Amino acid sequence: MSQHVVKSYDHELVRLRDLISEMGGIVESQVALAAEALATRGSDAASRAVEHDAQVDALEREVEQFVIRLLALRQPVASDLRHVVAALKMTGDLERIGDYAANVAKRTIVLAQYTLPFSVAGIAHMARMVQENLKSAIDCVADNDADKAVEVWRSDQVIDDLYNALFRELVTYMMEDPRNITPCAHLLFIAKNLERIGDHATNVAETLYYAVTGESLPDTRPKGDTSAYAVVRPNE
Amino acid sequence: MNETTGQTAAPRPSLGLQLPRSQFEPATGEPRIAVRNLDFFYGANRALKGINLDLPDRRVMGMIGPSGCGKSTLLRVLNRMYDLYPGQRATGDVMMDGQNLLAPTTDVNALRSRIGMVFQKPTPFPMSIYENIAFGVKLHEKLSKSAMDERVEWSLTRAALWGEVRDRLERSALGLSGGQQQRLCIARTIAVRPDVILLDEPTSALDPISTLRIEELIDELKQDFTIVIVTHNMQQAARCADQVAFFYLGELIEVGTAAQMFTAPRQRRTQDYITGRFG
Amino acid sequence: MSATTIAAASAPAKDAAIAVRLGRRRRVADRLNRVLCVIATLIGLALLASILLTLIVRGAGGLSVSVFTQVTAPPGSGGGLLNAIVGSLIQTALGTAMATPIGLLVGTYLAEYARGSALGTAVRFVSDILLSAPSILIGLFIYELLVQTTGGFSGFAGAVALAVIAIPIVVRTTEDMLRLVPVSLREASFALGAPKWKTVILICFRAARDGVVTGILLSVARIAGETAPLLFTSLGNLNWSVDLARPMASLPVTIYQYAGSAYDEWVQLAWAGALLITAGVLAINIMARLLLRKRG
Repeated sequence: MSQHVVKSYDHELVRLRDLISEMGGIVESQVALAAEALATRGSDAASRAVEHDAQVDALEREVEQFVIRLLALRQPVASDLRHVVAALKMTGDLERIGDYAANVAKRTIVLAQYTLPFSVAGIAHMARMVQENLKSAIDCVADNDADKAVEVWRSDQVIDDLYNALFRELVTYMMEDPRNITPCAHLLFIAKNLERIGDHATNVAETLYYAVTGESLPDTRPKGDTSAYAVVRPNE
Repeated sequence: MNETTGQTAAPRPSLGLQLPRSQFEPATGEPRIAVRNLDFFYGANRALKGINLDLPDRRVMGMIGPSGCGKSTLLRVLNRMYDLYPGQRATGDVMMDGQNLLAPTTDVNALRSRIGMVFQKPTPFPMSIYENIAFGVKLHEKLSKSAMDERVEWSLTRAALWGEVRDRLERSALGLSGGQQQRLCIARTIAVRPDVILLDEPTSALDPISTLRIEELIDELKQDFTIVIVTHNMQQAARCADQVAFFYLGELIEVGTAAQMFTAPRQRRTQDYITGRFG
Repeated sequence: MSATTIAAASAPAKDAAIAVRLGRRRRVADRLNRVLCVIATLIGLALLASILLTLIVRGAGGLSVSVFTQVTAPPGSGGGLLNAIVGSLIQTALGTAMATPIGLLVGTYLAEYARGSALGTAVRFVSDILLSAPSILIGLFIYELLVQTTGGFSGFAGAVALAVIAIPIVVRTTEDMLRLVPVSLREASFALGAPKWKTVILICFRAARDGVVTGILLSVARIAGETAPLLFTSLGNLNWSVDLARPMASLPVTIYQYAGSAYDEWVQLAWAGALLITAGVLAINIMARLLLRKRG
C-alpha cells in the first residue's frame, strides 16, 4: 500500500498493527502452553500460561487507547478506518482467547490430580489444531493477507467437528463410571474453551478479511458446534 | 411566517410547502439531472473525459478530488457558467426534464434560475440585504411589494438567517460576517426557487462553526432541492452528502453512497485519495 | 527517523558574529533609505507649501466682494472676475456633461465587452495617448474643428476642448474601477440568471460607483484649471457674456492675461483668481478623497 502524505500517520498505523501482532504472539504462546500442559499434564506450562494473562490485559488496554486516539486525531477513512476498527475488535477477541487459554491451563492443573482411565490424545489434538488455526489467523494479521484469512475461516469447521465428537466421548465416559464425572466435566469445559478459542480466531480472520477487502464474509460462517442439540443416551 | 405573527407555539410546517416548487418534477426514481458522455475543453485542454453521472432528485451529491480534477468544471457546466468565457466548450448531454442543457437553444438565463450556484467566497452584492435577495427574484418574476417581502423572509428563513437580520434588512449586506454573507448568498439563490443548487466549496472561507451551520442548512434544504456540493474537505463530503463522486484528472473514478465511499471504496485511486496517500 | 538524521537534515548552525554584522549593515541601510525618503518628501512638500503660501499671501489681499460681483473692467476702474468665474463654471460644467457619458460608455466597453479584443486594445491605446497629449494640441485641434468652421471663438468650442481632455480621464478610471470588481461578483449575478447588461449596470456599476464618481471629480478638477485649450477656443471675453456661441471668459485665461499685464490692479486680480481656482480644485480633490474613504 502506498504511503500517507503524513508520515507519522503511517507510523501510527504500523505501530497499531505491531501491537496487535505482539498481543497475538503472547496469546498464541498462552494457547501453546495450555496445549502442552494438556498433553503432558505438566503444571509448569500451565502456570506460565496463566501468568501471561496480565500482560495480555495490559496490551488490550493499550490498543484500545491507541485506537481511540487515532480515531480522534486522524479521523481515518476507508481502509485506514477499517484497519483501525478491526484492531479494536481483534484486541477484544485476542483478550478472550487469552482468558480461555488461562482457563484451560487452570483446569489442567486440577486434572493432574486425577488418574484418567482413558487417553486425552483426542483433546490434545484438538488443542494443537486450535493453536495452529490461531497462529494462522495472527499471521494473516501480520501479513494483511485476506486469502489466508479465508482459509482460517474455513478450517474452523474441523475444530467444531472434533469438539462434537469429544462431547459425545466425554459424556459416554461419565455415564460409564460416575468417578469420571469430575475430570470429564473439566475436560468438557476445556474442550468448550478450545472451541471458543477457535471461534475467536475465526473472528480475527473475518475481521481482517473485512479490513483488507472492505467486504464481509458471508453470515453463514462455518459454525459446526452441534453439541447444543446433542443427546447422548445410555443405550446408545 | 410564524415568527412574525407570534404563533411560535404551533408546530412549524415545512417552509418548503409554502411556496410551490417549480412545475418540473422528475418521475419517481428518475435522476434530476443526467450527465452523459460529457467532455469539456479549455481550448485544446480536455478537462473532463466522458463523464456519466446521475444526480438523484432531492439528494446531496458531493464531489471530491484533488485540485484540477474537473469537479468544479463539471459544476460550471451544469449551469452553463462556462458560456461566459470564450474558448471553453462542452460536448455530450446534460439532460434535465428531457431537455439537453448544452443545446445552443437553451435559454441560459432561465436555466440559471433553475440551477442556482453559490461560490467559494461569499459574494454579497454591494446593496442592502433585502435588495440582495430581491435582485435575483426580480430577474424572473414580477412580484408586488408584499409578495416580495414575503419571498425575502421566506428565503432568509430557509437559509437560517432571518432571525439574525430581520431588524436590519435595509443595511448593507457587506456588513455581515463571512458566515452570514454565505448564508445570504444561499438565501439569494433559493429565493429564485431553483430545482438544483450548486455549491462550489461553500465553506472553504468560513470558520468551523459557520461551516457546520452551512452543513446543517444543506441537510435542511435537501428536502426541497437537489444539491451538488464540491468540497476539498472530505469530512464535509462524508457529513453532508448522500452520494459522493470522486474525480481524478478529468475522469469520474467512482461514485457511491457516502458510507460506501468512506468505508470501502471500490477503486484503488479513491482509496488512496481519501485516506491521504500518494497517488 | 533517528535523532542524528534530523540534526543532519536541519539547517546548519548560524555563525553569531556574521549574523550580528549583517544585522548592523541592514540597520544602517534601512536608516539611510529612510532619511533619503524623508528629505525627498520634504522638498516636495516645501515647494507645494511655498506655492500655496504665496498664493494666499498675494491672493487674499485681492479678494473682496467685488471680485464676485463685478465683471472685468479696464485698468483703473476696479472691476472683478464675475464673468470669468461664471464662464469657467459654464465651460467646465458643459465639458463635464459631455465627457462623462462618453467616458463612462467607453470605459464600460473597454472593461466589460472588449477584453482581449483588437478594437479594445486600440481604443485603450488611443485613449491613453490622449490622456498624456499636451493640452495646447487639443486646443488647436478644436480650433481647426470648431472655430475655423464656425467662423469664431465660442464658449461651446471651449467646453468641447475641455471635454476632450476629460474623456480619457473618465475612460481610464471607469475601466480601472470596473476591472477591480471581482469576477466572482459578476459570476454570482450571472448565476442568478441575470443577463450581461443587467449585471454591468446593477452590479458592476454599483460596486464601482465610488471609484467612478471620484474619477469624474478628478477630471473636473483637471479641466477647471486648464488654460491652453481655451486660448484657441473660447478665447476670453472682457465683458459679461453667457452666450455659448460667442467668446467666453474663463478664470485660467483671465489669470493668464492679467498676470502678464502692467497694471497692479490686474495683477492683483490675477492672484485672487489663482487663489480661487486653486481653492476650487483643492475642494474637489478633497471631496473625491472623502468619497473614497467613506466607502473604502
